Amino acid sequence: MSSSDTTETNTKKKRTRKPRTTKSKTKKPEETTPAPAEITTPETSTLVPSEPEPAPAPVEEIVPETEEKVETEDVAPQVELPKFEKSLADKVTQKFGSKAEVAYIKQNRIRINVKKEDIKDVASYIRDELNFDHAESVSGVDYPDENKIEAVYHLGSYTDPELSKQILALATSAPREENPNPGRDSTRLPSLRDVFYSVEFHERECFEMLGVYFDDHPDNRRLLLPEDWADIPPLRKDFDIKGR
Amino acid sequence: MLKELVTPHGVNAFVGKLGDILVKAIDEPLGYAINWSRLWSLWPVHIETACCSVEFGAASGPRYDVERFGIIEAFGSLRQCDLVVVQGTITRKMAPRLRLVYDQMPEPKYVIAMGACAITGGLYFDSYNVLPGIDGVIPVDVYVPGCPPRPETLIQGCMLLQEKIKRMKAR
Amino acid sequence: MTAQLPPGLQLEKVDERIMTLNVGPQHPGSGHMRLIVQVDGDYIVACDPDPGYVHRGEEKMAEYRNYITNIPHLERPVIHDSCNILYPYCLAVEEILGLEVPERAKYVRVIASELNRCVYTMYWLAIYGIFLGHSTMFMWPAGDRELLIDLLEKITGARVTHAYFVPGGIRNDLPANFEDVCLRQVNYFEKRIKEYADIFYDNPILISRTENTGILSRQDAIRLGTTGSVLRASGVDFDIRKKEPYDVYENLDFQTNVLQSGDSYARSKIPWLDMLESCRIIRDALKKMPKSGAVRVKLKPNPKGGDVEVYRRVESGRGALGMHVISKSKPEPYRVKISVGSFRNLICMPYLLRGEKLGNMPAVYWSLNYWPVEADR
Repeated sequence: MSSSDTTETNTKKKRTRKPRTTKSKTKKPEETTPAPAEITTPETSTLVPSEPEPAPAPVEEIVPETEEKVETEDVAPQVELPKFEKSLADKVTQKFGSKAEVAYIKQNRIRINVKKEDIKDVASYIRDELNFDHAESVSGVDYPDENKIEAVYHLGSYTDPELSKQILALATSAPREENPNPGRDSTRLPSLRDVFYSVEFHERECFEMLGVYFDDHPDNRRLLLPEDWADIPPLRKDFDIKGR
Repeated sequence: MLKELVTPHGVNAFVGKLGDILVKAIDEPLGYAINWSRLWSLWPVHIETACCSVEFGAASGPRYDVERFGIIEAFGSLRQCDLVVVQGTITRKMAPRLRLVYDQMPEPKYVIAMGACAITGGLYFDSYNVLPGIDGVIPVDVYVPGCPPRPETLIQGCMLLQEKIKRMKAR
Repeated sequence: MTAQLPPGLQLEKVDERIMTLNVGPQHPGSGHMRLIVQVDGDYIVACDPDPGYVHRGEEKMAEYRNYITNIPHLERPVIHDSCNILYPYCLAVEEILGLEVPERAKYVRVIASELNRCVYTMYWLAIYGIFLGHSTMFMWPAGDRELLIDLLEKITGARVTHAYFVPGGIRNDLPANFEDVCLRQVNYFEKRIKEYADIFYDNPILISRTENTGILSRQDAIRLGTTGSVLRASGVDFDIRKKEPYDVYENLDFQTNVLQSGDSYARSKIPWLDMLESCRIIRDALKKMPKSGAVRVKLKPNPKGGDVEVYRRVESGRGALGMHVISKSKPEPYRVKISVGSFRNLICMPYLLRGEKLGNMPAVYWSLNYWPVEADR
């Protein structure tokens, strides 16, 4: 992109920035974030552009595949869910029932939302039975509108050649506090360090960047930020960077 | 006047005065000689601060070879160094360490700010952890712009520094 | 006897066996980070890595820029591997915006990213050589890498910060007559790096310094979630180019290199073997590449994505590089998480250095193929 292009977009952005916070708050009800309970199809249809998007005519035929707690109209435009990924997700839902919600299933990617009380059980099950053996990343995401902070564990497998393509995103959320006091407030999650050793540094990073304290983590020290950091955790949405 | 000082009591004062006179007489040519010898053997301290160290490494490599110009490859012990090349972004965590390194180096010492981040913060002007330039931390002699500067630019910056040292009063 | 000494002359015995050393950030063997090392005599008993000296808040900055203006600063963590760090970002944004990349652009991307992998590895090799006291191994890779930098400069116009990949393809087409020049350079490059075996990898001094130091077992490599050359040196055959082929890697002919021993020597050898494979990939891609065609999808000025969440990963010079991009129907991403190989390999440093001699620290540390700027982001 040329430099003139970027400056143009910059100025544009400034104009659109002002109403950002207010607008998103007002808009909140309609855009519920990664739609929890259902296997969202509008997402996947945009993601797989090569697939034609037929009119939602053949509704009822494909329903039996994804029977539980899925609105039938939503499933319609999609041709079918990837089989292998769905079988993995089904294993988790069979075992844990309503505790584990499958947020989406797409090619090579599954996302499962669980409550923070159940995450250790689900993670152990995923490690022992589904053979996912390491965590690739732990991304903390702040959702001020929904008053929660999410930790998404991206799990992968080295040992099982069948799973080498797959990334299972295991997400859980902690309550968010308006005035964070990292380590002392209620923004806490159980640490998965005993289940996946590889999350140790990722969780430390998540703690300092979003203020999510991980219980049972061996050292919840600071990792990347300077030792004298006294501001709120920087990746929270209410932390504004200068000049913006 | 000097003769009066040559007494057992005034010998210290005599030596001091003599020193002053000598310095006044040969200050300029001696200073030039000192500076000349300094400028062809600048020892950069080995402190990498960000990604410009890649181009600094390339400049030490065979194709660009800053040693031709009297800049020796980055060196480990800062007690023997007289040049800090600040290779890029200075974060808030790094700034005290940079100052510590600078303070521990013996005089005279020179600073080259390499890259846009070291000059003004560059691309990271709005980042929460990056200083807007290193002027507030250590005094800078030469600014080398670029993101990152090409090795040629760095070499030119080094030559500018040598030009500057040549005209400096010897310290 | 000492008990009879007068009180003023009695020295108290202090347990001084364990000493804490700060290695870095100003240390020739540490790069941009600090290792807090506790030594007992000459042996390391504990090591605590302290990164963050180049933490620049890329992820926060990415939330304030739109998908296109994010490109220049997202490549800064590894400027000498910039094509590979932009690769997952571009793949993710393409998935969000629903773009289909032209066939020729896919091949050019593969060529550029393989060239860049070689450029990165050569720099790493030069640093590894100089920190082991092998000056020739600094000079040779630092000189040979300029050949490939010239090639990349021909394509992209910049020495290291290319900003060549954009969502929807590449920024500009290859220059005229590039294929011949590239083939010639790559053949020469391959011939050169084969000579490194004589001077470096078969060198008995290097072997005695690196063999059997810092051994990472296969099980630990998996449990700690290491990636890239560290993982493959420990006997796990995992390369994302093979396992989850992106763009056109599935059409190309190459193999992954796996060594079993898991020591510093194996870790330092894997990237070199990978470079030889990269040369194969480049030659193969040049052969199979469509000779003409579009290289970029035209984008709207401020492209917006839907409400989606994408995780894409590629194999970079340092291992898997993933980008987790969340879009919320805005021109800017809601969250960009960069999961880098260096940061993931950082965790095994305490395990590898435990029980090693202090003199072996640079050999073990740099064999991790670690680039601190990238780990800090």
